Amino acid sequence: MKPHVLDVSHATMQFGGLIAVNDLCMVIDDEEIVSLIGPNGAGKTTAFNMITGMYKPTSGIVSLNNHDITGQRPDRIAAQGIARTFQNIRLFKALTVEENVSIAQHLRLKSGWPAATLRTPRYRREVTLMKRHTEELLEYMGLSEQRNEVAGSLPYGMQRKLEIARALATGPSMLLLDEPAAGMNPSEAEELKSLILGVRDGFHIAVLLIEHHMDVVMGLSDRIYVLNYGNLIASGTPKEIQKNEDVIAAYLGVDEDDA
Amino acid sequence: MKKKTLSLLLTLLLCVALVGVLFLLQGSASDYLLRIARLCAINLVLALAMNLINGFTGIFSLGQAGFMAIGAYATALLTIPAAKKQMMFMIAPLVKPLDALTLPFGMALVIGGLMAAALAFLIGLPCLRLRGDYLAIATLGFSEIIRVIITNMQNVTNGAQGLKSIPANANIWWCYGVALVVIVFMGLFTTSSYGQALKSIREDEIAAESMGVGLFRHKMLAFVLSAFLAAVGGGLLASYNGTIGPDMFRVTQTYNVLMIVVMGGMGSISGSVVAAFIVTIGQEYLRVLDGPITIGAFHTDGVSGMRMVVFSVLLLVVIVFFRNGLFGTKEVTWTSIGRRLKSLSGRGKEGMQA
Repeated sequence: MKPHVLDVSHATMQFGGLIAVNDLCMVIDDEEIVSLIGPNGAGKTTAFNMITGMYKPTSGIVSLNNHDITGQRPDRIAAQGIARTFQNIRLFKALTVEENVSIAQHLRLKSGWPAATLRTPRYRREVTLMKRHTEELLEYMGLSEQRNEVAGSLPYGMQRKLEIARALATGPSMLLLDEPAAGMNPSEAEELKSLILGVRDGFHIAVLLIEHHMDVVMGLSDRIYVLNYGNLIASGTPKEIQKNEDVIAAYLGVDEDDA
Repeated sequence: MKKKTLSLLLTLLLCVALVGVLFLLQGSASDYLLRIARLCAINLVLALAMNLINGFTGIFSLGQAGFMAIGAYATALLTIPAAKKQMMFMIAPLVKPLDALTLPFGMALVIGGLMAAALAFLIGLPCLRLRGDYLAIATLGFSEIIRVIITNMQNVTNGAQGLKSIPANANIWWCYGVALVVIVFMGLFTTSSYGQALKSIREDEIAAESMGVGLFRHKMLAFVLSAFLAAVGGGLLASYNGTIGPDMFRVTQTYNVLMIVVMGGMGSISGSVVAAFIVTIGQEYLRVLDGPITIGAFHTDGVSGMRMVVFSVLLLVVIVFFRNGLFGTKEVTWTSIGRRLKSLSGRGKEGMQA
C-alpha cells in the first residue's frame, strides 16, 4: 500500500498550561483534499504550524511520505515537499510578482553563491528553467500580465492567487491553505473552489485546507477533520460531518434545556 | 538580446569615461581635491558593504566599525616596512612573524577581508539568532569588543599609540578600482537568486522560511560578505590616512557610513554610490561652518562640529521628503534611464503640440 502523504500521529502542542492541540491524529493521501475546520481558537492554525515546522510539537510525530519531519526547520520541510499559504497574506510585498514566485524556487538551486554571482553556464541554465516554470505558474493563475507589478499593489484576490502560485513554485507534494477564501464574496469563493480542484488535478498534489466558508469546505473536501478546543471531535466525509451532533454542538452550542 | 549588448556597451563606455576623468583629475587636480575624490570611493565601498546587510537583507547590524578595524590593522601591519615597524613598537616588540613580513597591498587587503569574514562568522553564530534591536545592540557590542582588544594587544597593534607610516598605496586607481569591483559584485550578487533570497528575508522572514529560504544560512552569507567588504574598505582607509589608531573605529564610524546608506536608500546600490559622493563632498565643503562666522551682529569664533549639526539637519530633510532615502530600493539602470528619456521627450512633444 502506498504510504500516506501526510501522517500526523498523536501530535500535541502545549504552550505552558494551555494545550492548543491535543493528541491530533490525521492522515492525508495522494491527491486528496482534506479540510480542517472548527470554531475560532480551536487550534487549526497551530496544527498547521506543527506540520510546517513553525512550532515543534510537544509530543507526537509528523511524517511526510513516510519520512519523519517532526520539529524540523520550516525551510527543510518546505524542501521536502510541504508548501503553505498564510491566513493573513504574507507576500514579499515590495518585490514583483515574478520575484515572489522565483524566490520560492531558490530552494532547488544547486549553484553556490559564487557561481550565481559569476553567472556560470550552469547557474544560467538553472535560472532559465526557473524562469520558464515561473512563467507557467503565472500563466496558470492568470497573473502573467501583472508579472512586473509590485506584489503589494495587487488587488486582494490576486494576492491570494499569487500566494498559491508562490507555494506551488516550491514543487510541493502537499499544499496547505490557511483560510484561502477569507474575505471573498460568493462568486470569488466559487472561482477559488475550481482553482483548488484544478491545482489538485493539474499538479497531482494533496491539499489540506483550513476554511470557515462552509460552501467551500463541503464542496471541495474528500474528508473533513473537526477540531474543538484542541481536540479532534469528528472526522469523515462532508455528509457525515454535517450530521454529526458533536460538530453541530460545537458550532451552534447546545441548548441547556435539551441536554 | 540586443538590449543587453547595448547596455553592456554603454557600461563599457561609462567605465572608459570614468578612467578618462580619473586621468584628468590625477593630472590637473590639486592634492586636496584628489584626497576628497579618493575618500568618496572609500566611503562608497564602506556604504555598499553596510547596505548589503542592513539594506538588502534587512538586518540592522551596527558592527561595521569593528570589521573595518580588522581590515585596517591587517592591511597596515602587512604593508608597513619592517624597519619602520621596529621603530614604532616601543612598549612591546611586534610578534613574529609579523615583524619582518611585508606583502603587496592587494594581498594585504584580501587577507584583512578574509580575517574579518572569519570573525564575522564567529560573531554571527550567536548574533544572527537575534532580531531587530537586540541584534543591533549585540553587533554594536562586538564591534566595541574588537576595538578594546585592539587597544590592549600591545605587541600586535601597538595599542593606543596606533600605527604610523602606512605606505600610501591607496592612490586614485586603487580606490576607484576597488570601488568598481565592489559595485559590479554587488550588482551581480543582489540580482542573483541569492540576492533575491536575501530580499525575501527583508520582506518577510516567516514567509521566506516557509518558502524554503534557510534563514540562518542566508543571513550568515550576507553578514560574512558584508564584513569582508567592510574590511577591504577599512584597509583602503588605513592606507589613505597613513596612520590609524583604535579611536578611529568607534561607533561614530559606523554611524557615518549608516548615514550614507540611509540617505541613498536602504537596498539601493545606486543610492549608496550617489550618497557616498554627496556626504563625502558635503562634509568637506561644509567645513567653512566650523570656522568663524559673522551674521549681522552675531559672531562666533568657530564652533568645531558645527558642520555636523548642519549635516544632521540635511539628513533630516532627506528623510522627511524622501522617506526611503534618495533612491528607495530602486536602481539606476540603462533601461530606467531610457524609459525616463522617452517619457521626457514624449512630454516635450505633447508640450509643443499644445
